[in-house]
Amino acid sequence: MPNTTSHPSKTSRKPKRRKSETEERTGLHPQWSGSLSFGLVSIPVQLYSATRNARVGLRMLAPDGSPVVRRYYCPEHEKQVDQDELTRGYEFKPGKYVEVSDEELAALEPEKSRDIDLRLFVPADSIDPVHFERMYFLTPSGDTSKAYHLLVNVMERTKRAGIATFVMHDREYLVAIFSQHGLLCAEVLRFSTELRAESELELKASKPDPKLVKQFETLLGKHAHDKFDPDSIHNQRNEAMRELAAKKARTGKDVIETSVNLADGEEAGEAETVDLMKLLKQSLR
Amino acid sequence: MPMRATWKGVLQLGKQKLPVKLYTAVHDTAVHFHLLHKKDGTRVEQRLVSSGSGEPIESSAIQKGFAIEPGTFVILKANELKALEPESSREIELVKVVPSHALPPAWFERPYWLGPDGDATAYIALARALSSQERQAIVTWSMRGRSYTGALRARGDRLLLIALRDREEVIEAPKMTSKSRAPDAKELALAEQLVAALEVDGEPDLTQFHSDYRERVHELVEQKARGHKLRLVKPRTRKPTEGSLEKALRASLGAQANGHRHAAKRGGRTRKEQKSA
Repeated sequence: MPNTTSHPSKTSRKPKRRKSETEERTGLHPQWSGSLSFGLVSIPVQLYSATRNARVGLRMLAPDGSPVVRRYYCPEHEKQVDQDELTRGYEFKPGKYVEVSDEELAALEPEKSRDIDLRLFVPADSIDPVHFERMYFLTPSGDTSKAYHLLVNVMERTKRAGIATFVMHDREYLVAIFSQHGLLCAEVLRFSTELRAESELELKASKPDPKLVKQFETLLGKHAHDKFDPDSIHNQRNEAMRELAAKKARTGKDVIETSVNLADGEEAGEAETVDLMKLLKQSLR
Repeated sequence: MPMRATWKGVLQLGKQKLPVKLYTAVHDTAVHFHLLHKKDGTRVEQRLVSSGSGEPIESSAIQKGFAIEPGTFVILKANELKALEPESSREIELVKVVPSHALPPAWFERPYWLGPDGDATAYIALARALSSQERQAIVTWSMRGRSYTGALRARGDRLLLIALRDREEVIEAPKMTSKSRAPDAKELALAEQLVAALEVDGEPDLTQFHSDYRERVHELVEQKARGHKLRLVKPRTRKPTEGSLEKALRASLGAQANGHRHAAKRGGRTRKEQKSA
C-alpha cells in the first residue's frame, strides 16, 4: 500500500511508555503494546511481527553509489520535511483533507485500542486459511508472566484459539490468538467483508462426473504426504541473486562500498531476527 | 458485477489439464490516510533521495545493488535481473498433496479464487475430490516474473489458491519449554472452564465480526470538517491482574454465568445452551 499510512509501521506511531528491560537491551520496538484479556484476567502484552520482507537484499542505489532513501517533500514549502513534521490526513473531498490525530482515532473505539479481549474460543484448526493475513508474536510485558503461561497452557491443552478485534495504529484488526510451542501468537484474520464471496465466482451448474471425481481421488492419493515442510519453499530469485552477486564480487566487478550510515530501521534484516529470538526467549523465561 | 480474471493458467494434474482463471479474492476495505505537512496541511509527496548527497534522484538513474555485507553492494544490472526471472509459463504444477490442516497459519499470504476457463466438469470433480479427502494440493506457478508456491484448496464446488510465503519471510519462533512453570492445577481447571463457557464448536462464523471503523472515521472527519469540537474519550489501559489468579478466574466464571442469562434473554445461544436444548 504505497504512500498511505494504513499499514502498521514502526514510524507511524511512537509508543509513549516506559521501555521494557528486554526491549532496552535489544533495541527492538514492538508493533503494539496493550493488554490481552480473558474474562477478568488481564495480561500486559506486546506484539512483534512474525514475518519479514524477504526482498530486502536488493537496494536502490544513487549514481554515486549511496543508497536511495524515501523522503517526504512538501510542494508548498518546496522542501523536505521530517517524520515529526507530518500529520495524518483524511481526504474527505477530492483535494480536501482533515487532520486526524492518534488521540482522535484511539477515541473512536477506546475500549478496543488498548485491549485484545478474548470473548470467543473456537477449535484452533477450524478457521478457513482464506482469512489468514499475517502473524505476530505476543510477549508478556508485565512484572510477572504467570497469567500468560496459564493461557499458553490452556490453549495448548484445549486446542482452542481465541478470537477478538482490536485497534492498532489506524486500523481495526480481527485476530485469532493461539498457542504455538509455548508462545502466544496472533494471526491477523481478514474480515469477511474484505473477501470476495464465492458466489461472485460464477459457476455454471454442471453435473459432477463420479468417474472423474474417483480419478482425481486416486491421483491425489498417489501424491499424498502427511506433512509439508514449508522450508522447501525457496525464494529462487533471491538465491539466484545471491549467487550472481557473490560471483561478481569475486571478480571485483560492479562492487560499491559506501560509508553512509542509514537511519535506524532502514537497515533491517538478519540482525533484527536474531534480536527478536533473544527477546522472545528472555521475555518468556 | 462479475469478477475480472488477473491471470490465466493451466492446472497440470497427471494427464489432466485444467484451464483456469485466477481472480483476486481480497478487496481493500481499509481506511486510507495520507501524510500532511503539519504546518500548512499540504499533502506531502514521497521522493527518492540519495542518502549521501541528500539530492533527489530520478527513477531512471537508480541502479539496483545487492548487499553482500553491511555497506557493500554489488550492482545487478536490469538485464542481469531480467535473466534471473522464471521463464514465463502458463503451467500450474503439482508438488505434493497434504492434509488440509498441514500448514501453520503464518505461511498463508494471499488468497485467489481459481475459476474454470471453459467447461467446468473436471474443475468441479477436482474440488469434490479435494473436499472428500480433506486435503490440499501444494502447487507452483510463475506469474509476472515471479515464482509462487500456493495451496490449492476446495470450498464447496470451487477452488481457492492461496499464495504462500517463502521461508525467508516467515520468522520461526524458538520452541519454549515451559515445564518449569507448570501452572497451578486449580487455576488451569478454572481457566479451562472459562474457555469452555466462551467456546463454539465447528467452523466459526466470522461474518459476525465486522469493522464499523471506516464509518466511524467518516463520521469523525465530517464533524471536524463542519468545525464541530470533539470530546475525546481516552482509552483506558486495563490493569494487569495482580494477586490471586484463582480469584480472578472464579470471578470471571461468575460474571460469565450472569452475562449468560442476559445473552439468553436477547436470544444469544452458546454451546452449553445448544447442548442442553
